[in-house]
Amino acid sequence: MDFSEFIDFIQTGAPVPPTNPAAPEPSSVIGAALPRIDGPLKTTGSARYASDYNFPRMAYAVPVCATIASGKISSLDTSAADKMPGVLLVLHHGNIGPLFRNASGGRNSENRPPFEDETIYYWGQYVAVAIAETFQQAQAAAAAVRVQYTPDKFNVATSLDDSIPAIGAPGGPRIASHRGDPDAAFHAAPIQIDQTYATPAETHNPMEMHATVAVWDNGKYTLYETSQGVVNHQLVMAQVLGIPKENVEIISRFIGSGFGGKLFPWPHSALAAVAARQLNRPVKLTVSRKMMFSNVGHRPRTQQRIRLGATPDGKLLSLQQDYRNHTSITDDIRENCGEATPFLYSTANLQVTSALVRRNVGTPTPMRGPGAVPGLFALESAIDELAIKLKKDPVQLRLDLDTLIDEEKNKPFSSRHLKECLLVGSEKFGWAKRNPEIGSMRKGDLILGWGVAVASWGAGRGGSEASVLLRADGSARVSSASQDIGTGTYTVVAQILSDKTGIPVNRINVVLGDSSLVAGPMSGGSTATASIIPSVAAAANAAIKVVLASAVRPAASPFFGQDPDTLTMTAGRVHRKDQTPDSGIPFQDILRMANLASANGDGKTGGHGSDTKALDYSMHSFGAQFVEVEWDPGIAKLRVSRVVSVVDGGRIINKRTATNQMAGAVVMGIGMGLLEQTIYDPRNGHPINDNFADYVVPTAADSPDIDVHFLDIPDPLMGEYGARGIGEIGLAGIAPAITAAVYHATGVRVRELPVRIEDLLTSKVQI
Amino acid sequence: MDAFNFTRATTLDQAVQSAAQSPTAHSGATVRFVAGGTNLIDMMKIYVERPSQLVDINDLPLDKITPTPNGGLVLGALARNSDVANHPTVLRDYPVLSQALLSGASPQLRNMATTGGNLLQRTRCVYFRDTAHACNKREPGTGCSAIGGHNRMLAILGTSPDCIATNPSDQNVALTALEATIQIQGPKGQRSVPIHDFYLLPGTTPNRDTILEPGDLITSVTLPPPTPGSKSLYLKLRDRAAYEFALASAAVVLTLDHGKIHTARVALGGVGTKPWRSLEAEHILQGRSADPATFRLAAEAALKNAHPQSENAFKVELSKRCLVRALTTATRNA
Ligand SMILES: Cc1cc2nc3c(=O)[nH]c(=O)nc-3n(C[C@H](O)[C@H](O)[C@H](O)COP(=O)(O)OP(=O)(O)OC[C@H]3O[C@@H](n4cnc5c(N)ncnc54)[C@H](O)[C@@H]3O)c2cc1C
Ligand code: SF4
Repeated sequence: MDFSEFIDFIQTGAPVPPTNPAAPEPSSVIGAALPRIDGPLKTTGSARYASDYNFPRMAYAVPVCATIASGKISSLDTSAADKMPGVLLVLHHGNIGPLFRNASGGRNSENRPPFEDETIYYWGQYVAVAIAETFQQAQAAAAAVRVQYTPDKFNVATSLDDSIPAIGAPGGPRIASHRGDPDAAFHAAPIQIDQTYATPAETHNPMEMHATVAVWDNGKYTLYETSQGVVNHQLVMAQVLGIPKENVEIISRFIGSGFGGKLFPWPHSALAAVAARQLNRPVKLTVSRKMMFSNVGHRPRTQQRIRLGATPDGKLLSLQQDYRNHTSITDDIRENCGEATPFLYSTANLQVTSALVRRNVGTPTPMRGPGAVPGLFALESAIDELAIKLKKDPVQLRLDLDTLIDEEKNKPFSSRHLKECLLVGSEKFGWAKRNPEIGSMRKGDLILGWGVAVASWGAGRGGSEASVLLRADGSARVSSASQDIGTGTYTVVAQILSDKTGIPVNRINVVLGDSSLVAGPMSGGSTATASIIPSVAAAANAAIKVVLASAVRPAASPFFGQDPDTLTMTAGRVHRKDQTPDSGIPFQDILRMANLASANGDGKTGGHGSDTKALDYSMHSFGAQFVEVEWDPGIAKLRVSRVVSVVDGGRIINKRTATNQMAGAVVMGIGMGLLEQTIYDPRNGHPINDNFADYVVPTAADSPDIDVHFLDIPDPLMGEYGARGIGEIGLAGIAPAITAAVYHATGVRVRELPVRIEDLLTSKVQI
Repeated sequence: MDAFNFTRATTLDQAVQSAAQSPTAHSGATVRFVAGGTNLIDMMKIYVERPSQLVDINDLPLDKITPTPNGGLVLGALARNSDVANHPTVLRDYPVLSQALLSGASPQLRNMATTGGNLLQRTRCVYFRDTAHACNKREPGTGCSAIGGHNRMLAILGTSPDCIATNPSDQNVALTALEATIQIQGPKGQRSVPIHDFYLLPGTTPNRDTILEPGDLITSVTLPPPTPGSKSLYLKLRDRAAYEFALASAAVVLTLDHGKIHTARVALGGVGTKPWRSLEAEHILQGRSADPATFRLAAEAALKNAHPQSENAFKVELSKRCLVRALTTATRNA
């Protein structure tokens, strides 16, 4: 799913007309670097994650995974497992009972429900699940299930050079964007770049593994999940399990990150649910780290040919991107590598084509910055190669190619400050001191390489609802069926309510992560903040209206008998609009006089699509990322030493959580640039490095000096607060900036990620 | 993990007697000692080790680090990796060992891991660690999945057509360069084995990592007295900055005499099927002047018989550069 599909997807419910109240200046709580309100719960270990839930009589489920990549189960023998101590049930194709596909809204990850047939589509696919009294017993039983297979041909090739039908033909590439005559312009261009770039399959690997604790109680399910979208999860699981939606409640109070891997349900949820129903006992199923590499999605491999035609002074005559990505046998997942290509730079002639090639791998799923992140690796690498060919500074080239019009949609950008990102970043990084010659910059015994790339990510919001209670004790509660994946949603929601009501953040109880609350947004695509805050603001306004209406009713109230429209609430005090707040009284006094437990307000705000004005604009976040690498040619050792990341992400609601997001993205980008790749053994299809020793991610020691800077310019079309939401944007430019820096230091151009020691050993640069 | 019996040994004899009941000391042993447990328990969880009995040896008095009368040092088999690495005598006389230990694993693991357990840690070959695949080291005679497979981390020296797995330890590389000896108590009494003879090449029996026999308990490791004025250094190269096994490493122990190398001990890690002592490199170095040309010559000699696999040809050059840098750094301030 690409960003625009995602945006369409999250437009839940009927469009609601924009409210657009006259936007007052936000209070100082907006933008403050507030610590997470849920921080103490996490640091003391009292925040409960999905697998932390325990119930009396709870049983444990451990899946059995296929050890072939394609074929059929020829026999599945549970007789040994059945007899083992503590074993309650072994589920498989033969006895799972009905599980269904979903066609009535919501999105699942794998369309095929687990155990639907006896066909194996990828290594690691669940073929059975053992349920026992203890985790250890279940694990031992799972290991004792004997499965025989009839293997079939399979394909996990890394090269995506498969022969496929022509453009436009069924199964051939789709034209994703087109303008002008790019072929002719490219052929006529005096300067040409024509290169192919590749990004590997990457596994999300959030710290918290996927898990489900399923509780079945008289026809109703409570599923404790680690989900980036409890509302979607509920919708999908109701269909998969074949029961009414109101009979499934999804709880996801705390999430140890997701990176997109937890947006949509995975098969283990259904397995735990069926086991709980068949046994009439709570069942816990935790996906192991090993299974995380095959059963819960990954970023698919991409291969992208970029052609640039340019004039000697750096005008872009044409831009072509022909990309492919692998997908699974069962599902069509398109990694939209052309997400940013059509509007990032000014050019009259452009084409993006997209094709899928099938592999016997688990179904891919969005991973932080789906499409844009691998796509920008290719595009920004090509732009760097163009700058070198033109002998032009790569920052200057990008400044020259900047545009304030989205040339694909022919619409102005609502708020595009890419130029400022590049200029501020150059200043902070010290770019002016860069000597462009390869291997020319030193720091002691090391060679320095400096590289830059720009980042872009769509800005959008979905519909959202929220409920607010302003209580007579001066506290407040705000709730919505959204969730905090660790990024700070709890805190940001509290800040908005505090801004609206003047109630201090520490007196605000934020309730998220429960599908029985009013429908809130998914946590994905950097849209959660932008989506939820208008609904919280609307709910707060509605609750304040109740307070004001209540202020004129009690005889004891100083506002008795007045017109509520002449009143307002500032800093928690109700007062006449024409008088100062200290002339008024605290809202809780009003509630007490009116004998109200609380003043309640509901807010329901529409998404992007319901804002007619926003439709006239192209809305995106931008960024510029500058990277320094240190290169020790004697031992082929390369480390990222310094990163400056400048982000144009609209208004920043919380400087601390936002900075944290962007710094984390830098570290993730180092993983993408230098370390991470899921390797499928070509002889059997096993993602062979399916553990944290062999799938190498950056450690604290790999984290460089990181300087994050936000332009903090509100987007006028992102509602009252002008916040676009951030998450992906911090990652998008890091990998191409790293490979640009690697080239500057070593003279080695790496077009296939990650950069490996094998590549660096070919460097001719010496000290 | 399979169910197992758990006993605590209170005397050396008791430990040895319990373990001697196992038919093998190698892959497939039915009785295992457990020290820090950081390697053994891991492998039991993934069914690579399936002992029916664990003998906890942590109550045995083997955790001391004591000087020998002639100026050497005895490391008890149960001395924790952190304690050894931070021991003042080790830091002063055997810095190569401290550096090697501190470059391995993580602080938490080093606090648990022991000298004896580290000596016997098993390969990280991905096929060895996954029972879905054939592996001669785990199940003799089934074949070697790593040959022609994912073998980037594996060995280029000492390999055989039956196994190409690396000994992954950092400690053992330093101990090899230090010419440590290993004290063993077995059913037939005590013996002492130079580390050079302790590890076996895979040959046709990759299931045997060492010369140990059923019941053999490592009691200590002895470091010979340091040569006065010697320089030592451990250098480890890997993809990321911490918490990863070596792609290539080098331990060097040198003495210099007026710019010439007097004695040299060289061991390589990450590239050998056992901690790789390079007599060839030592031979080149001894008597020659400590300069880049000599170092490169030594490195070429050390890797002369390298036999790279489908994914690890780069290790030949990387290992050479690692050794050159280790020698350069060790001799820089000499
Ligand atoms: C995540 C991770 C990262 C790691 N990274 C590194 C690294 O970078 N470099 C590195 O060198 N190592 C690394 N290690 C390995 C670590 O050094 C070993 O796990 C540790 O040294 C093993 O010691 P232990 O005492 O825990 O052994 P145990 O697990 O207790 O035992 C290991 C084996 O030795 C046997 N044994 C133990 N003591 C004796 C004895 N006295 N006599 C006879 N047999 C005995 C046991 O029976 C068992 O077979 C890593 C380990 C992990 C888990
Ligand atoms: S290299 Fe050795 S340990 Fe690895 S699969 Fe081959 S035989 Fe097994």
